[in-house]
Amino acid sequence: MKILGISAYYHDSAAAIIENGNVLFAAQEERFTRVKNDASFPENAIKFCLSESGIDLGDIDIISFYEKPFLKFERLLETYYAYAPLGFKSFAKAIPVWLKEKLFIKQNIRKSLKSIGNVDNIPISFPEHHLSHAASSFYTSPFKKSAFLSIDGVGEWTTTSYGIACGEKGIEIMGELHFPDSLGLFYSSFTYFLGFEVNKGEYKMMGLAPYSNSSSERAQQFIKTIKDNLVDIESDGSIQLNRKYFEYPVGLRMVDPQKWAKLFGIKQRLPEEKLEQVHADLAFAAQSVLEEILVKIIRFIKQETNEQYLCLSGGVALNCVANSVLFNQDLFEDIFVQPAAGDAGGALGAALAVAHIKEDRIFDGLHKPFNPYLGSRCSDNDIERLLQKHKCNYRYYSSNEELTEATAQLIASKKVVGWFRGRTEFGPRALGNRSILADASDPEMQYKLNMKIKFREGFRPFAPAVCEEDFDTYFEAGKHSYYMLFTNNVKQSIKKELPEGFHSFGLDEKRNFIKSDLPAITHIDYSARVQVVKKDINPVFWSLIKSYQKQTGIGVVINTSFNVKDEPIVNTPEEAYACFMKSGMDALVLENYIVEK
Amino acid sequence: MEFLKELFLFLKERKKWWLMPLIIIFLIFGALIFFTSGSALAPFIYTLF
Repeated sequence: MKILGISAYYHDSAAAIIENGNVLFAAQEERFTRVKNDASFPENAIKFCLSESGIDLGDIDIISFYEKPFLKFERLLETYYAYAPLGFKSFAKAIPVWLKEKLFIKQNIRKSLKSIGNVDNIPISFPEHHLSHAASSFYTSPFKKSAFLSIDGVGEWTTTSYGIACGEKGIEIMGELHFPDSLGLFYSSFTYFLGFEVNKGEYKMMGLAPYSNSSSERAQQFIKTIKDNLVDIESDGSIQLNRKYFEYPVGLRMVDPQKWAKLFGIKQRLPEEKLEQVHADLAFAAQSVLEEILVKIIRFIKQETNEQYLCLSGGVALNCVANSVLFNQDLFEDIFVQPAAGDAGGALGAALAVAHIKEDRIFDGLHKPFNPYLGSRCSDNDIERLLQKHKCNYRYYSSNEELTEATAQLIASKKVVGWFRGRTEFGPRALGNRSILADASDPEMQYKLNMKIKFREGFRPFAPAVCEEDFDTYFEAGKHSYYMLFTNNVKQSIKKELPEGFHSFGLDEKRNFIKSDLPAITHIDYSARVQVVKKDINPVFWSLIKSYQKQTGIGVVINTSFNVKDEPIVNTPEEAYACFMKSGMDALVLENYIVEK
Repeated sequence: MEFLKELFLFLKERKKWWLMPLIIIFLIFGALIFFTSGSALAPFIYTLF
């Protein structure tokens, strides 16, 4: 059975195609339209999935949309009714959008796909939003049976759901938390108040939190203020938000900044305003409360299900710091998070959920790690045409061994390399196919990459990539994440001791202080969002790191996504070349071609 | 017609007939806004709806 999964209309729209339960291809629309987090109907992603798999639209057995639009509409009506007359402005904005497209998703899918083929006779399924999330994680995991937890902003009504996923019996939802009580929106409210963009800036806030003086009176007071005023936390981790402080249910903003300013004693930070210690302290408090709630939830899930394994999904599962806190509780033997844990992954989950329901298929757990390289690739011909068009001087390497050696030499000589090889990754993280690579031991590299290459905030850390067999040399024992979805602390032996009074330093001083032998990837709290590179999953990237290690004795490189601030990751060689030329990158690898400035 | 049939089946399954007058009023009201404003772009900070 061939199933096309679609997620669209809210954020991160995407398409995925599966055949007989196997994932063939998946892609996010933003990669084609170049609009970050694009929410529009994923026509380009669908065309890509179909052409790459060689499947005609007419041969698709089922189209699966990642949520139930009527159920969402029910939530909308009931919420406006409950809050009326408040929310009129929001209602006046929302209704036209619903009348134009969101209420008629079945008809819109058919209309949008008409140019590709006739879909009138293809059934369209609508699994629930959190079922799609849960399926996206469980059916790509190595487990035959596990507990699952799906947490995000909101789906139809549900904001959190948990239960048991079983290869034979399918996915059984055991409990849910409903809108407006939402852990995802609780966190996003702080993102908003701290001047970051909602739905895009959450990971920036997560990166800012460790700059806090966590034991300071102010940080602790913020935690207390949140728990006393904003959120009631039950012993099972369910929450009730204080409606007085949150405007998102029927408002046009997340919170009332004046009420929050009064509550926390600081005014809302504007997007371009300088980040101060107090902002880091508030980010830390929000992150701490989020972690406290999540720990309570998974304790409860363990108690209820007594399962050995846990699958996490939903946007909150992209919070790698919280994921590690959960892993370190040792409640579950292993935790799996699918690389596109947010709404883009909903397309994959919708297809997988329907496949396992309709086909009565028994899932045995994946025997090999889930392959995240599901997107587009380019041919040598495309690259040669591009290089000739721009009259580039290039070197071509006929073997991967020579290519990785030459690239490793560039990184070893402190050059910043754009690395574009193979199929693009599905999900927000670059995992060694659309990456910018650099020397992790260079103390200047974090600043250089942030300011001259990515043009982004200076406080933001970079992630390391390390071959699995060398992990223990550099990092403390912990979860090995192939998809950069957990953090690990750098090993004691490579740490540098913090100077006295470090916590009283300003944010820039804290950032500039060299914290380990790998300063560019060591965050302020000695953590790193490690990509563990397994030879089976990405052999060429694995060889590159090995070659770099042979040349320098260091088995870690910086791996950051191949894009600049607020742009989607590059998708074509042309975009890679444009990004290379407009940034401070020194060299560009396009498949087996190397171009230097 | 397919849409109305599905909406009817949805309300029947959810046993939410009480939403029917709300839907009618909201749809009329919404249609008025829709036809008078002309814009159908979601301007939300976070598109919950």
